Amino acid sequence: MMHVRRSPEEIAANRQRYEEHQKKGLEFAPTALPAPSPLPAPALDAAAIIHQETVPGGWYWSTALKRGEALRIDQGEGGSTVALVAWNATDTSERLNLVDTVKVQWTTALGKGRVIFSDMGRVMFSLIEDSSGAHDCLMGGSTAASNAARYPGVKTRNTRDNLVLVAGKLGLTRRDIPAILNLFAPVRVDDDGGFHWRGKLSNSGDYAELRAEMDMIVGFSNCPHPLDPDPVYAPKPVIVTRFRAPALAVDDLSRTATAEALRGFENNVSMLA
Amino acid sequence: MTDFIKTSASRSLENAVQDHFIAAEAPWSGIVRKGQTIRIEDSYGQQAIDTLFYRADDFAERYSNQDTMRAQGGAYIGTGTKIISNEGNVMLVMTADSCGRHDTSAGACSCESNTVRFGHGTKYLHACRDNFVLEVTKHGMSKRDIVPNINFFMNVPIKPNGEMTIVDGISAPGDYVELVAEMDVLCVISNCPQINNPCNGFDPTPVRVLIWDGED
Ligand SMILES: [Zn+2]
Repeated sequence: MMHVRRSPEEIAANRQRYEEHQKKGLEFAPTALPAPSPLPAPALDAAAIIHQETVPGGWYWSTALKRGEALRIDQGEGGSTVALVAWNATDTSERLNLVDTVKVQWTTALGKGRVIFSDMGRVMFSLIEDSSGAHDCLMGGSTAASNAARYPGVKTRNTRDNLVLVAGKLGLTRRDIPAILNLFAPVRVDDDGGFHWRGKLSNSGDYAELRAEMDMIVGFSNCPHPLDPDPVYAPKPVIVTRFRAPALAVDDLSRTATAEALRGFENNVSMLA
Repeated sequence: MTDFIKTSASRSLENAVQDHFIAAEAPWSGIVRKGQTIRIEDSYGQQAIDTLFYRADDFAERYSNQDTMRAQGGAYIGTGTKIISNEGNVMLVMTADSCGRHDTSAGACSCESNTVRFGHGTKYLHACRDNFVLEVTKHGMSKRDIVPNINFFMNVPIKPNGEMTIVDGISAPGDYVELVAEMDVLCVISNCPQINNPCNGFDPTPVRVLIWDGED
């Protein structure tokens, strides 16, 4: 079939531009990013707390979250993985998009100072505090089948069914469930692409705080990660606190740390204008 | 474009039941019946082919990149990979792969993500998600049905520290993958128009899709 190729000059110019973006994207980290948040987590200002929910092991929850509010997700007793999904409250076709999140930030490793994108090139969350730096964007959550293989003969709850329940109760369907973010899941990828559980650096009291950069609905499932090495199905409760976050500063780290985040926030501003 | 490559004694260009050329930057969709084999050929080399699968009689069941990666315990797609749905079912199995490296972590390009990655000057460039929206709309679906896809022939190594970057594809002209369908599926392809990263060698080219009936 007829096909006209681009000119070598055009190709070279685009390659040069990509390599400049790549160099900036890869070389700023970890110099521009802070260390993980220290433990124990400081107490939240009681006046800023809107709601606090303890999600039992194996269960799900969802909450509205307004722009400028934040969620503290606290492992409490430790050893829990929390699966998270999110939708734009006013247009649920806009949702958490992890493939864009990892691609545009040049890394699958999320931590303090990183942001989480929607499919519309906008920032949904800023990770304003994060003590573990051990989150998984790749593997997804447990299913009835993965639990049956992992814990034979044991009655369990699983993340897939939990998120179908979350979606169903919000008037959404399984068509609307995006790929999920696993908080507190230290999954690493070896050179052949194989997944490994790195083991937790800190098991007790790890926490993360996600500030909402748009009005959202957020869903959670609190089930063991498919790679969780504990042979016993015994998910611990987690504590989710919705609170009014400190106002977004002009020099806020999440906004300014990378060129990509900066452009993502510009997209947020144009949505709100 | 290269000559036909035989992967099975009974497989020839002449007995393919479907043979489609997909122009550079264009979308395509078609049904692959249970037992049929689909070959997706990177005719000119170094061309990312963004691909989604939906169960033909229930589009709510569709390709899941996370379930596929979890089921095989690794991030890359290759011979033997089971293509898993959001319901945990095997949709297709990859039976042949002359290239050896395919991605399912980096998703499709979009006008919106281009603004974040490459600056707002790249907003008005044709992108895979626009292809997907146009194509799934023909089947009664919408943007909400577009999920993380497979990028055949796209090379996105992930390092142990998490670092991830799109690098030059390793596919040569005529490289192909073959997948046998384990259920009737709708295959939706965006022949990636991206010119801001090396997934297409900065020069998108046409690809070819062939479908054969089962051999028994
Ligand atoms: Zn593309």
